[in-house]
Amino acid sequence: MATPPPVAKPARPVYLDLLSIRQPLPAVLSILHRASGALLFLVGIPLSLWGLQASLGSADAYASFATVVSHPIAKLVALALAWAYLHHLLAGVRHLLLDLHVGIDLAAARRSSAIVFVLAIVLTLFVAIRLW
Amino acid sequence: MVNLAARHVVGAHYGLRDWLVQRVTAVVMLLWTLVVLGALMWNGGFDHASWKALWAGEFFRLLSFLFVASVLWHAWVGVRNITMDYLKPVALRLTVQSAVVAVLVLYLGWTLRILWGAGA
Repeated sequence: MATPPPVAKPARPVYLDLLSIRQPLPAVLSILHRASGALLFLVGIPLSLWGLQASLGSADAYASFATVVSHPIAKLVALALAWAYLHHLLAGVRHLLLDLHVGIDLAAARRSSAIVFVLAIVLTLFVAIRLW
Repeated sequence: MVNLAARHVVGAHYGLRDWLVQRVTAVVMLLWTLVVLGALMWNGGFDHASWKALWAGEFFRLLSFLFVASVLWHAWVGVRNITMDYLKPVALRLTVQSAVVAVLVLYLGWTLRILWGAGA
């Protein structure tokens, strides 16, 4: 069978400017789920292992670890990682619930996205209060 | 005559397994996180002595090893998905994926050293 001749496609406007399209809240949540996961892999895992090793060392090692961690920049890094962990974890719990067909209609899915955003930020604020 | 249309096999067959791995490891990490948060609240914070005492417990070490192993396996599935989405040249993708696997295995060794190595 011969392939049919190509049909000339009408020139339709292609609009895929990701920065201008208004993304729905679950889409933003999903993008940040991936971004926070990447941050946790690139920075979170090595820093956490380093911190665990230093904090479980001798009293001197612990003291120098505490000095490093009390630096304002270190606290900001820790806070960013805490947000990434909390956002990733809460978005993951939401994902597991969606897998179990809990809250899969549009209104519920949007509401649960908002809850994840707010809860992650509120819990991150708790971490900030403890750090400072 | 073999009916090829009846069973159209495609893909590398790790899709369902990795989907499940991502969820099982997520639950393990969630439970460990709740245990540590509980211990933190029970203690009202940690100083060096109580922190070391927590990690001296053999059961907690085993739980934490399970946690880290889950983190690393979970990270592999996630990072592999990212590389498959954004790194199109095969040579680049395989190089990055190999490096990621190597780093994750190194992290596992580092974890074993922290948990059960000399001085732990």
